[in-house]
Amino acid sequence: MTAETNTPPAPAADNQGRFVVIAWLVLSAVATPLVAIFLGPIIPPGNATVQGQGQVFDNQVMTALATPIVCLLVVYFAYTLATFRARRGAELVDGPPLREHHGIQVVWIIVTGIMVLFLAGFGTYELLKDGAGGGQGPNAIAFPPNHKNALEVQVIGQQWEFTYRYPSLGGMESSQLVLPANTDVELHVTSLDVIHSFWAVELGVKADANPGVDNVAYVETRDPLTFHVRCAELCGLWHGYMFNNGRIVSQSDFQTWATQAQKQYAPIAKYVPKYSHTYLPDPQRRAG
Amino acid sequence: MSSIAVATPPVWRRFVGFNMLTGIVLGVVGWYAGWYGGHGVVGPSIDYFGDVDYNEISVYLAYIGGVIGFLAGLGFLNYPIARLRGYPPSLREKETEGIGRYFSLCTDHKVVGIQYLWGVGLFFFIAGLNAMLIRFELLRPNHQVFPAGTYLTLVGLHGTMMMGIMTSGILGPFANYLVPLMIGARRMAFPRIESLTFWMLMAAGAVLETTIFFGGFPTGWTGYAPLANQANPGMDNYILFFALVGISMCLLGVNMLATIVTMRAPGLTWTRLPIFVWGVISTAILNVLAAPVLVAALGMAALDRTAQTNFYVTAAGGSSYLYQNLFWVFGHPEVYILALPGFGIVLELLPVFSRKPLWGYRLSVAGLLGVSLLSWFVWQHHLFVSGMNGDLRPFYMLSTELISIPTGFTFICGMMTIWRGHIRFTVPMLFCLAWFFNFLIGGLSGVFLSDTPSDVTTHGSFFSMAHFHYTIMGGLVFTFFAAIYYWVPKMFGYKLHEGMAKIHFWTMFVFFNSTFAPLFAIGFLGQPRRVVTYPSGLQFLNDWASVSAFLLGCSMLLFLWNLVYSLVFAKVPAEANPWGSKSIEFQLPSPVPVHNFDRIPVFSSDPYGYGEPARPLTIPAGAPAGRD
Repeated sequence: MTAETNTPPAPAADNQGRFVVIAWLVLSAVATPLVAIFLGPIIPPGNATVQGQGQVFDNQVMTALATPIVCLLVVYFAYTLATFRARRGAELVDGPPLREHHGIQVVWIIVTGIMVLFLAGFGTYELLKDGAGGGQGPNAIAFPPNHKNALEVQVIGQQWEFTYRYPSLGGMESSQLVLPANTDVELHVTSLDVIHSFWAVELGVKADANPGVDNVAYVETRDPLTFHVRCAELCGLWHGYMFNNGRIVSQSDFQTWATQAQKQYAPIAKYVPKYSHTYLPDPQRRAG
Repeated sequence: MSSIAVATPPVWRRFVGFNMLTGIVLGVVGWYAGWYGGHGVVGPSIDYFGDVDYNEISVYLAYIGGVIGFLAGLGFLNYPIARLRGYPPSLREKETEGIGRYFSLCTDHKVVGIQYLWGVGLFFFIAGLNAMLIRFELLRPNHQVFPAGTYLTLVGLHGTMMMGIMTSGILGPFANYLVPLMIGARRMAFPRIESLTFWMLMAAGAVLETTIFFGGFPTGWTGYAPLANQANPGMDNYILFFALVGISMCLLGVNMLATIVTMRAPGLTWTRLPIFVWGVISTAILNVLAAPVLVAALGMAALDRTAQTNFYVTAAGGSSYLYQNLFWVFGHPEVYILALPGFGIVLELLPVFSRKPLWGYRLSVAGLLGVSLLSWFVWQHHLFVSGMNGDLRPFYMLSTELISIPTGFTFICGMMTIWRGHIRFTVPMLFCLAWFFNFLIGGLSGVFLSDTPSDVTTHGSFFSMAHFHYTIMGGLVFTFFAAIYYWVPKMFGYKLHEGMAKIHFWTMFVFFNSTFAPLFAIGFLGQPRRVVTYPSGLQFLNDWASVSAFLLGCSMLLFLWNLVYSLVFAKVPAEANPWGSKSIEFQLPSPVPVHNFDRIPVFSSDPYGYGEPARPLTIPAGAPAGRD
């Protein structure tokens, strides 16, 4: 069953290979800018915050980088499967026994290696630039430029809602997250019971709420906007209902809201524990 | 041979003895013994439960008793006891009995492989049915069909069963069946342990399914700790299930490694091993090293729930991160336990269907082992936004992205193997080609998740859910079916219906993509995993995914019918070598005889010598005869 043929002579094979490479380069050259310009920018979370915009840029770069890879596989498989198809019902004929090609292996390893190192370096730069809106734990390493003057807001997760506290407003509690526009915000995320995850979808912010842990995330807001808040970590029975709206409002509206909310909060203030970065209730036992 | 006629035993004799029936009976007995024994345990922490008629300890003892009874009934204690009483050692049990060997402790690796195929298949279809119910609930943005707790239990059962049972999805049926054949051995290194891994997995499956009698569990397949501590007793089923799966996985890995290292036939050097066997090696290493971490983590979870320890209770000095860390130290190698055998199958099948040697043998081995090694250094990417070790995130970003280099080896080796070949579009080949497409999407979406800034939005959303379904369903399940269509004729001796198989492939490929591709968008647009509600604006995409999922389910039913039709009704005998493969298992008759080889083969090359001067693959004469 082994065909002893040392079939197609090398030049033909070289031409086939050259054709694939050229077709790939042409297709990539056309597709990559199109993807980068038209697909990249519409990938969420959008430009509502500086951090969200950073993520959009990240996604834009990565989709652009992924395009040549997809093109390579599309061109390669389209050409290969069409050209090297065995005829139906024909005798089994063996192909040429190509077992290795040093050059292709080396080029492949170097190219994938460079891409990976670039992506890791790029991602690290984007992360350290402003924190990218992610939870960083109690000792943050990535800060937006203006973080010293940031507005501190605490997010407390519990089964099954988020509560927000504003230490600068006397530790006031609110059931809705309201943020002033064009402000640096320092979110302190913690939990009273199980692990939750605070996800402000349009803001590009996500930070897990762990009991007894102060998880810090930074976000720089822009224009006024209504956004969704969801719990993104399975937290029990009503996890699916742990969502709410939040608002970014103009600076003056924020002052108005704060005054009013503080007034509403005053009667219950004495029942609420003193503001702190973590709250540890008694150890949880069974709930059901 | 003597001519004395052997009297056929009466039918009832077949049902008496150490077999599955006895196992189930003793399992029930053991369960109740443990249950009532558990009620005898008293103490201050038990009083806490007050008026309920169970405590967690009795649930654990019941299931441990049940599993021990089941295994004893199958006869796993007979041999140790016989040895203690001075009987001589033996390696074989029930290998020559009829159909009954499939329902008992049998040491024939081919029987175990077939047991695994049906057993794993059963749970695969149950878990798939759970997925259908999940998608049914998600047809509407509001929660409508199931109570919230039931929905979470369905999500948990689907995930846990797929991630637990399907770890053995390829190693169980195909490695057990094929590795001894491919390395020219007559058995596995530890034949009884081989059978034990299978029956333990089935016992585990039963433990998990019966969680519905204890209120289910709300944690999904990850079982995160502070939530697990407060959950129903159904949580105990999850813990025991995964612990049993962990033990089974670990033993399976040890057995595979021992077999491959010590039992290769003469001439089968490391560079002549079929690449599928290398896939098994790289997976088995992970099995052996990862599963104990899981068992330890679950042991602490069980202690938290019964003995009121506080390993995971932050307020009492424990840490909720401890469980997350331990779980993902196991959990990330675990996903490669699922994916790596698939790599092996793709690379094993491509040479056969393109009539060319495997291109870059050493590079593909390096790829498999590289993934296996690197998978240990990436687990904290599951904790990017958890608030733990913020300064380690760049490292985990780098290590996660590094994995795409060895994964790329598999791609380039597969791609170059079909270059200038004579490609035949058989059903197994179609599944392998689909693997490239699915795994490309899965891999590229993985790059988005590994990039920490981008991960902030996609973490824990439907995007990551779509990503791992592309890698696991697109990577594991597609190659699982490739393996079924490729090797089932060899295992059972019957052909599968090709027309139905092709329809199955095309519907599965189309509806798989149509189910999971929209989920990337859904995740980006703000739908977290495991929710029962979602923004009404996402209903169209969700409905699209649901309807596609139902059609995907229909495609699976077609496969099931093909299997039943071909193996039970049509029964068209398969040739010994339907694919023209040079691999050794196809040089044997179909189905393979009990002792595999009359004489142990001698290898002089790898099985990929297509287009090369014929070198004799096996030389039956002159080989050492009596290797058992």
